[in-house]
Amino acid sequence: MTESLSINLFAKMYRIRAIEEAIAYHYPEGKMRCPVHLSIGQELIPSVFSEAIRPTDFAVSTHRGHAHYLAKGGNLNAMIAEIYGKSTGCSKGKGGSMHLIDLAVNFMGTSAIVGNSIPIGVGLALSVQLRETDQISCVFLGDGAIEEGVFYESVNFAAVRKLPVLFICENNLYSVYSPLSVRQPAGRSIANMVKAMGVEVGVADGMNIEASQGLMKRSIERVRKTGLPCFLEFSTYRWREHCGHAFDNEIGYRTPEEFLDWQQKDPLHHLEMQLIEDLSLQGLVMDIKSNVMNEVNAAFDFAETSPFPNQHEAYDNVFA
Amino acid sequence: MPQKSFATAINEGIAQAMDLDDSVICYGLGVTDPKAVFGTTASLEKRFGAARVFDMPTSENAMTGVAIGAALNGIKSVMTHQRVDFFLLALDQLVNSAAKWHYMFGGQNSVPITIRLIIGRGWGQGPTHSQNLQAWFAHIPGLKVVMPTTPEDAKGLLISSILDPNPVVFLEHRWLHNSIGEVPDGDFRLPLGKAKVMREGRDITIVSMSYMTIEALHAADYLEKQGVSCEVVDLRSIKPLDWETVFASTVKTGRLIALDSGFTTGSVAGEIVARVAMEKFSALRKAPARLAMPDVPEPTSIALTKGFYVRAADIAIKVLSMMDKSVDYINADLSEPDPHDVPGDWFKGPF
Repeated sequence: MTESLSINLFAKMYRIRAIEEAIAYHYPEGKMRCPVHLSIGQELIPSVFSEAIRPTDFAVSTHRGHAHYLAKGGNLNAMIAEIYGKSTGCSKGKGGSMHLIDLAVNFMGTSAIVGNSIPIGVGLALSVQLRETDQISCVFLGDGAIEEGVFYESVNFAAVRKLPVLFICENNLYSVYSPLSVRQPAGRSIANMVKAMGVEVGVADGMNIEASQGLMKRSIERVRKTGLPCFLEFSTYRWREHCGHAFDNEIGYRTPEEFLDWQQKDPLHHLEMQLIEDLSLQGLVMDIKSNVMNEVNAAFDFAETSPFPNQHEAYDNVFA
Repeated sequence: MPQKSFATAINEGIAQAMDLDDSVICYGLGVTDPKAVFGTTASLEKRFGAARVFDMPTSENAMTGVAIGAALNGIKSVMTHQRVDFFLLALDQLVNSAAKWHYMFGGQNSVPITIRLIIGRGWGQGPTHSQNLQAWFAHIPGLKVVMPTTPEDAKGLLISSILDPNPVVFLEHRWLHNSIGEVPDGDFRLPLGKAKVMREGRDITIVSMSYMTIEALHAADYLEKQGVSCEVVDLRSIKPLDWETVFASTVKTGRLIALDSGFTTGSVAGEIVARVAMEKFSALRKAPARLAMPDVPEPTSIALTKGFYVRAADIAIKVLSMMDKSVDYINADLSEPDPHDVPGDWFKGPF
């Protein structure tokens, strides 16, 4: 991996983490009055995605979609303002944290229903095929969505119609508090199951920078070149509670040992250590962190000082 | 004007919209098969190509989501299902996404999708092939719900539905597909959300939709001979609903019967009775009434569906009782056809 790629990935991972840490920090103030689903610990996958994707490509995501929105280039101020319920929010206060959109970068929306955005991403790929452009459509999903019928329906249609769609599964082992062991048989490979449906698949350790970066880049290029669907499975881990800002290792659904084991693999920490071993890069790393903090603080100021929507706007936009 | 069947009018409507706008596509299970969804999608693939007209996997939910995703990039899908009942598998995509997308992202984009759902009835269609769920769909903010009765309206409302920027649930009653009427050629559109006064009258307003309007017209013909003048209002759009026309007619006649092809509880007819009672109470000379399907799944056997449906005779009895007139002899005058479970001699099954 080149030094510049390492620095870019560090900057992207650090930015996503800092934004979500700031949400977690401010959340107890009670001004963000909607559920938030943080993906702290899972930053590597959206960061390698961000390095390889084009603004013109489409993406959709889930309730845990902050990182994907940001990785696609979504406007930070509009995202924070949306979580604050302000009129300057990316969905004008109608969506909140679970319904993020930024049409300027073709981030087409996120849904709060597990599996719900999967066929929508496939439909975007169908539109690409009909319009004969070189875009691809990306669908972020979690391991829980693999258990929804709509996942199989969507993969099947992508395969039979040969659509340029990249499914990116972040397998963080849990669906709310339910572990994989109660949801899927032991020893199953999600990727192998999808491969049996006739779709190219790839698997990577979502804590391993080089493996994740290489797989993501190759897969995006492959979908663009062949116009065929591809499914990627990354193993990863969420640090904080399913919904909310806190840590939840004490409530008994996972062990502190498991958590610490995953935390020790944190690619962001390891990359930072690796970069600052080179004394000439220390200043650059400090600058990146400082710039990100300024940007994050400005976004929260923007959200805090933005006006709320007018009450009557609740009744607007039912029909187009 | 040329005489055409309702099914032909649907076919012309889709073709016309595809001609007008090359972002219109048409798909659904069986759309390109030899039966072509009761003939409604015949020849479309040949005319517009396999990229725009295609069969699909048996995946109602995902394929609704596909229509949403395609719509986000400007593609207008016409999706077709052989029965309403199959489409229940797609309610997540319909309710959680299609209906709300425009709203929940602050009005930045919309999902122009037309979902054609065919309602079965009689001939043993039974509990899972005959449901009239327009009240469910109308309950969801963000959906438009259209139910044409005549071939002319079928074409005019379908083209408008396809070109409308919102998701539209377009309900076609199987018993109307072979009805014949005047249908204009070419680009013929009717506005959504406008009811039609099918027959003017003085004494009582009958508000109806889809196939029930046919029964209402039969009843009105009979009642005319009995000296009762019925005004028949065909809703055409269930959502938005043309309250102005419903109110104006009720105020004029002072009496209201609302008909519904669906189950009684929570029906569109119940909503009409409620709104009229709340807003035009002083204009009513009698308590309003509704006639709808009993809260019972439609049974299969021909023996069990005898007398099961709301028919012209039931409507006439209700009208006469609201006019304080004798209801004797009606069943003899408006007897149930034999067999009662087909829309006409042309209907030979199997579906």
